[in-house]
Amino acid sequence: MGIESAMGEGYLTTKLDTLVNWARSNAAWPMPMGLACCAIEMMAFAGPRYDVSRFGSEVFRFSPRQSDVMIVAGWVNYKMAHAIRRIWDQMPDPKWCIAMGACASTGGMHRCYGVVQGCDNFLPVDAYISGCPPRPDAIIHALMKIQDKIRTEHSVMLDT
Amino acid sequence: MELELTPELKKVIDGLSEKHSGNVVNVYQSSGDTFVHVEADAIVEICRYLKEEHRFINLADIIGTDRFTSRERFEVIYNLVSLRDLQRLFLKVRLEEENPVIDSVTPVWKAANWFERETYDMFGIRFEGHPDLRRILMPEDFEYYPLRKEFPLIGIPGSIELPSSEPDKE
Repeated sequence: MGIESAMGEGYLTTKLDTLVNWARSNAAWPMPMGLACCAIEMMAFAGPRYDVSRFGSEVFRFSPRQSDVMIVAGWVNYKMAHAIRRIWDQMPDPKWCIAMGACASTGGMHRCYGVVQGCDNFLPVDAYISGCPPRPDAIIHALMKIQDKIRTEHSVMLDT
Repeated sequence: MELELTPELKKVIDGLSEKHSGNVVNVYQSSGDTFVHVEADAIVEICRYLKEEHRFINLADIIGTDRFTSRERFEVIYNLVSLRDLQRLFLKVRLEEENPVIDSVTPVWKAANWFERETYDMFGIRFEGHPDLRRILMPEDFEYYPLRKEFPLIGIPGSIELPSSEPDKE
């Protein structure tokens, strides 16, 4: 109350938001949901040549409870969809999702009875990447888009 | 057409036409492979004969085919390999659209178990005497046979369940 009268309405929470979002956006740990050949490019994205540790996302966590961004890399069939949804539900909020490549985004060339035609049928996807498979640069681009998204969120003010 | 057989395969074909002459419908070659079309009722008998007398100890695959014809619609193809003679032989049987049933060859080769389950899953061909004839690829409550010609390529909407988008609900 005292601080707000001196500094103006919302000053403290806005600054805190910026701080929290800065920390969150630079430590988005991926959950590698590698399902097909896109997973190889996802590994290149983490490797030294493309070096995603520049963006703070080098820590691939194989436990959903420690990760922030799920990268769905590859085609999703109906049987696997249930496992992916369960892993997604186990990830703590706040969380984001990247649909990597043509297959995860739309079903791609797998236009058949066994493959889900886009993982957005059962997951809330934040960023789609085109390509078959996409280059690691494209995944970094998607990650940067998600970082932009995190930086504009109201992380603290949402709680009040 | 004259068959171009290796000495080992010639022995096999001669043996088959001698011991199972009533059950061999046709022998022909295509793309360098030898096919023997046999009667469906005699499949276990013929397989056992080939395994025991001619050492076709490796069942490499079982394939189903939907010919989409009014008679003898389904085809089951057995891909046999003799590891002693290094020869490959295809056995072929044809089944009617109504009630496609054939005896299981699992008593002869244990490897037939999953091959027959896959053929059952994709075409609905039932294998009599199979120890555990369940679907192997599609969900167990799936109601269709996806590799039959009348099944649409993209599938039937709603025939396979997607996960619930709310947590803690199954």
